Amino acid sequence: MIRSDILKEILPILRDQLVICNIGLPSQELHMMDDQPTNFYMLGTMGLSSSIGLGVALAQDKTVISIDGDGSVLTNFGTLPTIANNVANNFILLIIDNGSYGSTGDQPTYAGKKTSLTAVAKACGCQNVVECKAEDTAKVLQAAIDSKQMTIIVAKCESGNIKVPVITKDPVVIRDRFMNAVRA
Amino acid sequence: MTISEKIVSDLVENDVSFVTTVPCKQLAGVIDAVDAEQSIYHIPSNKEDEGMGLCAGAYMGGKRPAIIMQNTAIGVTINTLVTLTQYYRMPLPMIISYRGELREPVACQAEMAVHTKALLNQLNIPTYHFHEESDVEEFDAILKYTFMCNKPVAILTDASFWGGYGE
Repeated sequence: MIRSDILKEILPILRDQLVICNIGLPSQELHMMDDQPTNFYMLGTMGLSSSIGLGVALAQDKTVISIDGDGSVLTNFGTLPTIANNVANNFILLIIDNGSYGSTGDQPTYAGKKTSLTAVAKACGCQNVVECKAEDTAKVLQAAIDSKQMTIIVAKCESGNIKVPVITKDPVVIRDRFMNAVRA
Repeated sequence: MTISEKIVSDLVENDVSFVTTVPCKQLAGVIDAVDAEQSIYHIPSNKEDEGMGLCAGAYMGGKRPAIIMQNTAIGVTINTLVTLTQYYRMPLPMIISYRGELREPVACQAEMAVHTKALLNQLNIPTYHFHEESDVEEFDAILKYTFMCNKPVAILTDASFWGGYGE
């Protein structure tokens, strides 16, 4: 399975939740498959999906899922200690770990080599860290939501991309409708 | 009331309840005051762009955020300021220690100081420079302005404003 296969499988779960989606192909794939006002698409700023998601989770009570990638977590490694030390039990960080920088041509990341993001997250003090196979992602994600415990999921999958159009929505529109969905 | 207490009191008055900080020696007092204020969720960040991500999230979650950081952070955060805070039109008061100005003891700090205002100007970020202690009186109006226009706004606070380095 590749990232878009995982997204397709978890769409029914994501639909009812606030979702912060990582820059590049993940946002474009989610936008193409199931655009929702509860989705915040990152159009720039690689690495900050987890930080934005944690901020939303700390500011209100609804469940927030940040969809991140291994490359983006490597870009913003400082996020893991911050998450560990500021527990928001309505926050789930879903790292889709395909061991590559998918949006830029599948260059390998260190997470696909010697570095285990699961081990790093645990070492940073995160308490509920679950590594799973791609095909188990939906089950693990639903269990994390039901547990009402802050959870870091590292879903391992193969690298590879599908053809998707870029997002042409205005950023202020994306932000405004997301904020309305938060308040709804 | 100390300068730090006045800054925190204005933050509270303006309903700012989520503050992220990256430490600077000059900001130690105001960071302590933020940490002690019950109505503010204080979340230290490891890097300033991470902090701006947290602030963007908190804003979308319904809280008014602020960031406290050193001017060297302008070099770290340009992409985030442009493609997140400005692109999505979000308010962000940035209380910044203006290191490398008069009375600075560390020569390297002057290197970013000479670029600070030029960079902020290039980014079209409204910028206020607190030099005299009494300049803090404008802080309340600056916060109101920031949340009126939904922009990042810089408040540069230099060593003279903070009373020097104990020299």
